[in-house]
Amino acid sequence: MANLKISNVTKRFGSLVANDDVSLEVSEGEVVALLGENGAGKTTLMNILFGHYVADEGTIEIDGVTLPPGSTDAAIKAGVGMVHQHFTLADNMSVLENIMLGTQSLWSLKSTVGKARQKMEDLASEYNLHVNPDAGIADLSVGERQRVEILKVLYRGAKILILDEPTAVLTPAETDQLLANLKNMVASGMSIIFISHKLHEVLAISDRVTVLRHGAMVGEIATRDADKAILAEMMVGRKVTRPKAQILEAGESVLELENICVAKKDAKLLSDVSLTIRCNEIVAIAGVAGNGQRELAELLSGLRSWDSGEFRFEGSAVTHPSARKFLTLGFGRIPEDRHHTGTVGEMTVWENLLSEKLGQAPMWKYGKFIDFAASRKKAAELIEQFDIRCNSMETPARLLSGGNMQKLILARTLTASPRFILANQPVRGLDEGAIAFVHEQLLEARKNGVGILLISEDLDEIFSIADRVAVIYHGRISPLLDVRKTNIRQIGAMMGGDMKAVA
Amino acid sequence: MQIEPRENISPWRVVLAPVTAIGVAFFLCSFLIAWTGESILEAYGFLFKGAFGSRFALSETLNRATPLIFTGLAAAVAFRAKFWNIGAEGQLYFGALAATLVGTGAINLPPILMVPFLFVAGAFAGGLALLGPVFLKTVLKVDEVVTTLLLNFVILLFINYLLEGPLRDPMSMGWPQAASVIDAGVLPALMERTRLHIGFLVAIGAAIFVWALMRFTIWGYEIRAVGANATGARFAGISINKTVFLVAMLSGGLAGMAGITETAGTKGYLTLDLSPGFGYSGIAVAMLANLNPLGVVISAIFLAGIYVGADSMSRAVNIPTYIADVLVALSVLSVLVSLMFVQFKVRWR
Amino acid sequence: MDWLELFLSAGFWAATLRIAAPLIFGTIGELICERAGVLNLGIEGIMTMGAMAGWMWVFQGGSLWGAVMFAAFVGALFGLLHAIFVVHLGLSQHVSGIGITLLASSLSYFLFRMILPDSTTPPKIEAFKPIDIPGLSDIPFFGEAFFSHTPMTYLALAIIPVAIYILYRTPIGLATRMAGENPVALEAQGINVLAVRTGAVMVGSALMAVGGAYLTISAFDAFFFGMINGRGWICIALVIFASWKPGRALLGALLFAGLDAFQVRAQQLAGGDIPYQFFLMLPYLLSIAAMVVIAKRMRYPQALLQPFRRGDRI
Repeated sequence: MANLKISNVTKRFGSLVANDDVSLEVSEGEVVALLGENGAGKTTLMNILFGHYVADEGTIEIDGVTLPPGSTDAAIKAGVGMVHQHFTLADNMSVLENIMLGTQSLWSLKSTVGKARQKMEDLASEYNLHVNPDAGIADLSVGERQRVEILKVLYRGAKILILDEPTAVLTPAETDQLLANLKNMVASGMSIIFISHKLHEVLAISDRVTVLRHGAMVGEIATRDADKAILAEMMVGRKVTRPKAQILEAGESVLELENICVAKKDAKLLSDVSLTIRCNEIVAIAGVAGNGQRELAELLSGLRSWDSGEFRFEGSAVTHPSARKFLTLGFGRIPEDRHHTGTVGEMTVWENLLSEKLGQAPMWKYGKFIDFAASRKKAAELIEQFDIRCNSMETPARLLSGGNMQKLILARTLTASPRFILANQPVRGLDEGAIAFVHEQLLEARKNGVGILLISEDLDEIFSIADRVAVIYHGRISPLLDVRKTNIRQIGAMMGGDMKAVA
Repeated sequence: MQIEPRENISPWRVVLAPVTAIGVAFFLCSFLIAWTGESILEAYGFLFKGAFGSRFALSETLNRATPLIFTGLAAAVAFRAKFWNIGAEGQLYFGALAATLVGTGAINLPPILMVPFLFVAGAFAGGLALLGPVFLKTVLKVDEVVTTLLLNFVILLFINYLLEGPLRDPMSMGWPQAASVIDAGVLPALMERTRLHIGFLVAIGAAIFVWALMRFTIWGYEIRAVGANATGARFAGISINKTVFLVAMLSGGLAGMAGITETAGTKGYLTLDLSPGFGYSGIAVAMLANLNPLGVVISAIFLAGIYVGADSMSRAVNIPTYIADVLVALSVLSVLVSLMFVQFKVRWR
Repeated sequence: MDWLELFLSAGFWAATLRIAAPLIFGTIGELICERAGVLNLGIEGIMTMGAMAGWMWVFQGGSLWGAVMFAAFVGALFGLLHAIFVVHLGLSQHVSGIGITLLASSLSYFLFRMILPDSTTPPKIEAFKPIDIPGLSDIPFFGEAFFSHTPMTYLALAIIPVAIYILYRTPIGLATRMAGENPVALEAQGINVLAVRTGAVMVGSALMAVGGAYLTISAFDAFFFGMINGRGWICIALVIFASWKPGRALLGALLFAGLDAFQVRAQQLAGGDIPYQFFLMLPYLLSIAAMVVIAKRMRYPQALLQPFRRGDRI
C-alpha cells in the first residue's frame, strides 16, 4: 500500500499553471526522484504536499488519511518533513532555537531546553549530522545549515522526507556525504522525495524517477531502467542543446585585479584576489555559496570599494568605484538576484530598460528629461530583439517570468556595448530554453571581444562555456586553470578547500 | 484567504475604488452621528453646505486646502521615495518663522518680488528643518520616522520660546505672537471679501510642478526607483543618499511654503496656533491621493471641505467637531484598503 | 536646593519612576509588535485611546482595575485593526500605523466630547492611590523613592521580567521572535505566522493602551486634550535604543524619565536664566541622541516591515 498518495493536483498562479493534474505515490522505504527543469513545478508540488500552498484541485493522502489543505502543521504531524532549497532558518538565533521551534505546545510556559538539547544530540550522532547546538546560524557554513535543516525534520519524527535541490549548494564531497546519510535514513524506514535536475544524482540515489515538465507529469520510470539519455529526453522533451564555446584566441587583458583585499571589521571577505580577464574569453569563478562571491560581484559592479590592491580596467587604474562610473567605463553587470537587484519590479519594462543609461541619449533628452517616444521605440526594438515576452512594455517588471526578466537584463546590458561583463549566476532558476539563450548571448559577446567573468556554483555550466576557471574559497581565489586541462573532480576538491588539488 | 496580484489592472477600478472607500467612511461615521441622536442626512447636509454650499463656504474651503496641498505634496514626494518625513508640521513652522524673520520689515521689496521671495525663503527654511534628520538618515542610518516626529515637538517649543521672547510683537499686548508681515509681502486676495489668496494658485502650480518632475525628469525617475526598490536603484547607478537628500529638500521645502501661505496669507503673522495640525493632515491628504501629486489637490480640497463643513455642522447640530478627524481617519484607512484591492484580488477557499 | 541635592532627593527618584511607568508599558508593547516583525506607528493614538478608555470607565463608575482591563481590551481591538491591515492584507506598516493613530486619537476626542459636551475643566476622577509597601516604605529615602507608588507603577516594573521570560524562555516567545526574524521558517515548522503576528500586535497594543490609561487613572486624575504629547513616539525611539531587548528598554525608560524629572526641577533651579522651553526640549533631543548613539550597533529584527502572505510563491 502506498504510504503517500498525491492525486490529480492542479495549482494555478494567476494565468500560470504550475501543476497540471499531477499524481504521485511514494511507499515506505522508497526514494523517489522528482526530476524536471527549473520551473517545471517540482517545488510547487512539494509545497502543496507540505501545506505552504493550497491546491486548486486534487488531494493528498498519507496512510489513507486525507491531509487538510494548506496546513504545514497537519503535514508535519502526518510525518512529512521538508528541507527547503532556500533554508528556513533565522540567522540571529541559535541552532537549538531553530530546531525547537514548533515542537512544543505554544501555550506551554515551561522551557524544555535541556531535554531538547539531549534529543538533538542523540539524533545528530545517530545520523552523523554533527553541529554545535549553541552556534548562531549566521556563523555556520552552508553545509552545516543544511544539517540543521535535516535535524529539524528528524526532530519532528518525519517519515517522509522532501529534499528540494539539496545538492545545489554543496561541494561534490559534501554531496557524497549527504547521499550516504540519506541511504542510512532509508534503511531505517523513511521515504524520501528527492527533487533535482541533476541526472547523475538522480540515478545514484533513487529507486524510481517521476518527471515533470511545464507543470505536468510526463512519465515515471524505475531507476534501474533509466539512463541519462532517457531522463534528459523525458525532462526537456524537445531538443535543446546548450551552446558550446568555440575555441577562440584570447585578446588583450580588459580587467586586472591585483592583490585586492576587502575586509569588514576583523573579517577578511576577500584576501589577495588577483585575476586577469582578457578579451574574447570567459573566466569562471567556481565555489560553494558564501565564500566571497557576493563581495567579488559587488566589487565588480561598482557597489563596493576595496581596502588595498590594484584595480585596472583596460590598462588604467580605477579608483573611487561607483555603479555609475563602472557603467560609463564599459562594465556590463548581470546580478545574482534578478528580482531585487536587477530590476525595479514596480516600474515598467521600458522604464527598467533605460535605468542604466540615465540621462544619456537616445532615451533621454537634454540630459535630464525622459524622451518618451525614443525610449518606447528603443524598448520595442529590444523586446523584439531579445524576445522578451510581456503583455506590453507598460507591464511592471515584477510580472515577468524569471527567464524574461533575465532577457530584459541581458538586453539592457548588451545594448550598452560593454567591454567587460560580470555574469553572476546568470542561469540559476531558468529552464533549458532560457539557459541556452543566455549562454548563446554570452558566447556571442565573447566572440565580439568582450571579456566575461562568470560566477557560478554549477560546474556543468562552467565546463560548457568557460575558457579558464578559478575556485573561490574563504575569500581567496586559486590560480586560473584552463578548463580543457582540468576536470570536475579536481575543481570539486578545490571547492571543498583542498587547494593542493591545483597541482 | 489567499491574496494574489492582479495581472491586469483595470482603469475603472482605479477610479472607483477610492470613491467607494470614501462612501464606506461616511457610512461608518454615520453610526457615530446616529449615536449623537441627530439626523444623519441632516448632519451630512450641513457638512456639505458648510463646505461647498455658498461662495463664502467655498472660499473658506479652498483657503483651508491651500496649506494642505503643500503639506500633502510634501508627504507625497517623501513617501514615494519611502522617506518617511512625518515632520511637515515643524517644517511648516520653520517656513512661517522665515516669513517672520525676513518678511516683517527686515527686507523691503516691491510686492511683485516680495511674495516670490517669501515663498523661496519659506522653502529654504522648511528644507533646513529637515537637514538634521536627512543627515542622520543618510550618514548614520538613523530612522527618520522618529527623528522627524520628535523634531516637531522641539521646533514648536523653539517657536514658543521665540514668541514669548525675542520675536514677540511689542504691539501684541502680551499675546505670544510675532509682528505682521509687511503689506508688500501679504498674499493678494483672489476673491473679494474672502480670505482666499493667491497662495491657492501657487499651491496648484506646485502640484503641477511636482507631478511633472516625477513623471518627466531624471530626478523623478530616481525618486520613484529608490522608493520602489532601493537595492535595484543602487545597482543601476542611482545614488541613494543623493536622491534621499533631494527628496528631503523638496519635501521640507513644500512644507515650508505652507508656513508662508499661513503667515503671509491667511493669518498675517506667526502664532503658536498657526497650524491646526496641517503637517499631520498633509499625510492623510497624500495617502488619500495615493501619493499622486495631482490627486493631492483634489484630496486636499476634500479634506478641507470636511474640516470647514464640520465646523459649521457642529454649530448647527449638536455633534462635536472631532467628527471631522474621525471621518478623515476612516477615509484614509478605507482608501488604503481599497487601493490594495486595485492591485490584488482575494480568493477565499 | 542645589544640583547635588536634586539627585539626592527622594522626590526626584519617585518622579522618575512615575514618568517611566507609562513609557515602560508603551515601549514593551511596541517591542513585542516589532519583535514579531510589525512596526506599530499606531502607538500614539492607541495610548490616547487607552487614556480615554481608562478614564471613561472610572468616570462612568467602574472600578480602577476594571479600567485597566477595559483600556487593554480597547487597545487590543485597535491592535487587531492594525494587524488586519498589515499582517493579513499586507499593507504598508508605516501608512497603516499613521492611519490608526489618526483614527484612535480622533475617536478618543470625539468620545470625550460626547460624554462631556462643554466642560472646560475636565472633571476629576478617583485615581489609584500610592500604596506603601509595609516595612520597606519606612526606610528613609528609599521608602519614599521606590516603595510608595501606585499599584500600576509596580505593575509596570513587573511586566519587564515577565516579558523577558516569555520572549526568551517559552515556545510562544520563540515563535514571536521567529515571526520577526524569518516568518517562512515559522510556517515551515507548522505555526501560523499570521496568528502569531496578530496576537503579538494585539498584546503589544493592549500594553500601549494600559500605558495611556496610566496617565489618566494613576499619574493624573483626568483626561485632557493632547495628553500623550509624543510619548508614543518616544517609546518607538526607546525600542530602537533598547536594541529590541526588554531589559534595556527598562534602562532606556528610566534614563529618559530621569532626565524628564531632572529638567522639571532644573527649570526651577535655573530660575529663568534659561527659557523653560529649552528644558522641555531636552527629552525629545535626548531621544534623538540615543538613537544616534545606538545606530551603528543596532541589530533589528530581520523581517521587520516585511509582509508575509500565505501561499505567496516563495
